[in-house]
Amino acid sequence: MKFQRKHILGLEELTAEEITLVLDTAESMKEVSERDVKKVPALRGVTVCNLFYEPSTRTRSSFEIAEKRLSADVLNFTLSHSSVSKGETLLDTARNLEAMGAGVIVIRHPMSGAPWLLAKELNSSIINAGDGSHEHPSQALLDLFTIREIKGKIKGLRVVIVGDILHSRVARSNIWGLLKLGAKVRLVGPPTLIPKYIENAKIRTFYNLDEAIEGADVIIMLRIQMERQESEYFPSLREYSRFYGLTREKLRGASEDVTVMHPGPINRGIELSSDIADDAGSVILDQVSNGIAVRMAMFYLVASAGRDA
Amino acid sequence: MSILIKGGRIIDPSQGIDETGNIFIENGEIKSYPKTTKKFDKDPDVTVINAKGKIVSPGFVDIHVHLREPGFEHKETIRSGCESAAAGGFTSIVCMPNTNPVNDNASVTEYILLKARTEGIVNVFPIGAITKGEMGEGLAQIGEMYEAGCVGVSDDGMPVMNAKVMRHAMEYVRAFDIPVISHAEDKNLSGTGVMNEGYVSTKLGLTGIPCASEDVMVSRDITVAELTGARLHICHVSTAGSVRLIRAAKKRGVKVTAEVTPHHFTLTDEAVNEYDTNAKMNPPLRGKKDREAILVGLKDGTLDAIATDHAPHSEDEKKVEFDIAPFGIVGLETALPLSLKLVEDGVLTINQMISKLTNAPSEILNLGKGTIKVGSAADVVIFDPGKELTVDREKFHSKSKNSPFDGWKLKGKVNYTIVNGEIVYSS
Repeated sequence: MKFQRKHILGLEELTAEEITLVLDTAESMKEVSERDVKKVPALRGVTVCNLFYEPSTRTRSSFEIAEKRLSADVLNFTLSHSSVSKGETLLDTARNLEAMGAGVIVIRHPMSGAPWLLAKELNSSIINAGDGSHEHPSQALLDLFTIREIKGKIKGLRVVIVGDILHSRVARSNIWGLLKLGAKVRLVGPPTLIPKYIENAKIRTFYNLDEAIEGADVIIMLRIQMERQESEYFPSLREYSRFYGLTREKLRGASEDVTVMHPGPINRGIELSSDIADDAGSVILDQVSNGIAVRMAMFYLVASAGRDA
Repeated sequence: MSILIKGGRIIDPSQGIDETGNIFIENGEIKSYPKTTKKFDKDPDVTVINAKGKIVSPGFVDIHVHLREPGFEHKETIRSGCESAAAGGFTSIVCMPNTNPVNDNASVTEYILLKARTEGIVNVFPIGAITKGEMGEGLAQIGEMYEAGCVGVSDDGMPVMNAKVMRHAMEYVRAFDIPVISHAEDKNLSGTGVMNEGYVSTKLGLTGIPCASEDVMVSRDITVAELTGARLHICHVSTAGSVRLIRAAKKRGVKVTAEVTPHHFTLTDEAVNEYDTNAKMNPPLRGKKDREAILVGLKDGTLDAIATDHAPHSEDEKKVEFDIAPFGIVGLETALPLSLKLVEDGVLTINQMISKLTNAPSEILNLGKGTIKVGSAADVVIFDPGKELTVDREKFHSKSKNSPFDGWKLKGKVNYTIVNGEIVYSS
C-alpha cells in the first residue's frame, strides 16, 4: 500500500494498514541508524521546522536527529506560550515559517488541536509532536514499534496503561494504535483521572492496579504531573504512588515475560519503584532509540506522499 | 406610507389565526384584514406586496442577542446587529448587558436605546445586569435601568454564583415585575472546560463542561425562584437534565420559562470534531440524548421560546487554538431555516414554531410584540418556507461570520421584514 497523507496529526485517524506501514518503514530506518554513515538523502532540499511551544528536549532532539539523518535542513523554533493573548498568533507564526520555505512543520503545543489549525490553514505538511491532552503520535508509534520488536506481534496482547489517562496525549495515541492493531487495552488509575466516556471505545477501565495488570503482557506507565496533586485529582504523590505505583510485588500478577514501558522522564519511586525502573531501563532506552527510526519513517512517508501528489 | 400584503397565508398564534388573507398597514399600524383588495390595487400611495405562497406572520422576536455595542464594535454594532436581525426576519431583539461598559446602570441603557433609535432598524430592548459589572456581588441599578427601558435582568455569560445574591436579585425585581434571566452554569464545575464533557471531548483531549454544570444551577435557580416568587427565565437550555427540572417546576406552578437556541436543537458535540471553533459556544453543544430531550421539551411546551444567543466574534478571534477561541456563534440569519427544519422533521407544527419565535418570547419579557392584531405596531415578516437556500456566511449582514452552518442547504427564505410599517429588509 501507499501512504497518502500529507499530515500526521494523530493515530485516531490512521488505519491499521497505515500504522503498520509506518512501523515497517521504521525498520528500514532503524537499519540506517545502525550504519557507520547514518544519513540518507530522502529529505534533501526540504526544510523542516520544529515549532515547539513547550519545552521538550527529548522529543525535539529525537525529531531533529531524524530530520538530519534524512538530510533535511532543520530550523528550530522554541517559543513560550505563557502569554496567550499577547504577541503573534500561532497561525501568523506558522505562516512566517511557511514563507521561509518550511515544507514540513513539526509542532508541539500545550493546547489540544493546535496542529489541526495549522493543517487547515497552511500548505506545509504538519506533524504533531504532541498537542495538549490530545495526541502524541510519534510517541505511540515508537511504543508500538518497541512492543512489536520485543513481542513479535501486537494482536492479542494484553496491554495495560497506568496513570493519568485524562490528561495524557501519550495514552490517547497509544489507545487508538493498540486497538487498531488488535491489542486488548486496559486502563487503570484513580477515578478522577480515568475519563468514564473512554469506555465507548471498547476499553476496560480499572481503579485497582492489581486487578488491571493481571496477566498483562505490556504495562505502559504514564508520567504523573506533579501539579495534579494540587488540583483535587488525588491527595498526594505518596498516596498516588501507594495505589498506582508499580513495584516488584505488584508486578507478580502480570504475565511472566511482561514488558514495562515508560515514555519518560521517569519519576523514580512514584510511577515505578527504583528496581523496576532499573530492570525496565533497557526497554525504556530502546524506546528512545526506536523513536528516531519511527520519526524518520514518518517524515519519509509524508514527504513521499507529498512528492507523488 | 401604506402597505398591502396580499394573498399570503397569515399565521398569528397570538390570535389563533391561520388563514389566507390580506393585511393592510397604515401609519405604522396593522390597520385591517381587508376581504377584498380592489380599492388598494390602484392606489398609488399603497405599496402592494404579493405574498401568494408565502407565510405572513408577526415579525420574530429574539430575546437573546449580543449587540456588542458599546465596547466591542469590531464584532457587531447596534446598526449591524439590527440589519442582521432584519435579514433574519426579526423585528424585535433583546440585547444582553455584557458590553463594555456593562449595561449595569441607566446611562448605558439610555445610550443603547439612543443608538437603537437613531441607527437601528428593528426594535431593540435592553437587558440590564443583575450585579454591578456582572461581577456577581452588589446589585446593579435595577430600578433605574427598568425606568430607562430595560425589560429584564441577567448576568449572561457570568452566572451569579452566590445564591444569596441571586435570592436578593429575585426578590428585588418583583417591585418592577421583570424576570431574572439566568445563564445557568456552575462555574466551578465548568472549570476550564471548552466543550461538552463526553466521548468527543475525551477523544479530542479538550476539557469538558459537564451537563451537571447547567443542571445544578437550573436546580438552584428554580429553588430560589420558589423561595422568592420571582419570575425566572432560563437561557439557552442545553441539557436533558435542565429540561426535566424545568418541566417539573412548571408542573408545580413555579414561574419559570425557558428558551432554546437553534444550534442546541440542531447540533451535537460531534460538530466540534476537527476543532471547529465555530462550534464552540457556552453552553456547549451537548450529546444526542440532550438534543433529543430538547426536541421533546420544545414539543411539550417545556421550552417556551426559540432564541438565538447571537454572539458575534471576529474572524481573527475565532481562528486560534480551540482553548482560547471565544465562546459563541452568530444566529440571527440562520434561525428561521433551522427552526423550519423542526417543522419538516415533525417536531413542531408551523404554528407552534412561529409562536416560539413571536408571541411566546414576547410574553416572557412583556414586550407587547409578536402579534399582528389590528391596532398593534406593524411588525411583520413575510417568508417562503419552502425556498431552498445555501447558507453563505459572506452574505451575512452581521459584522461577524462565525457560524457552523456555513454551506448548509436549508429551506426558508425571508422575503420582507417590516418594522413599524416600514420595509426594513427585502430580498
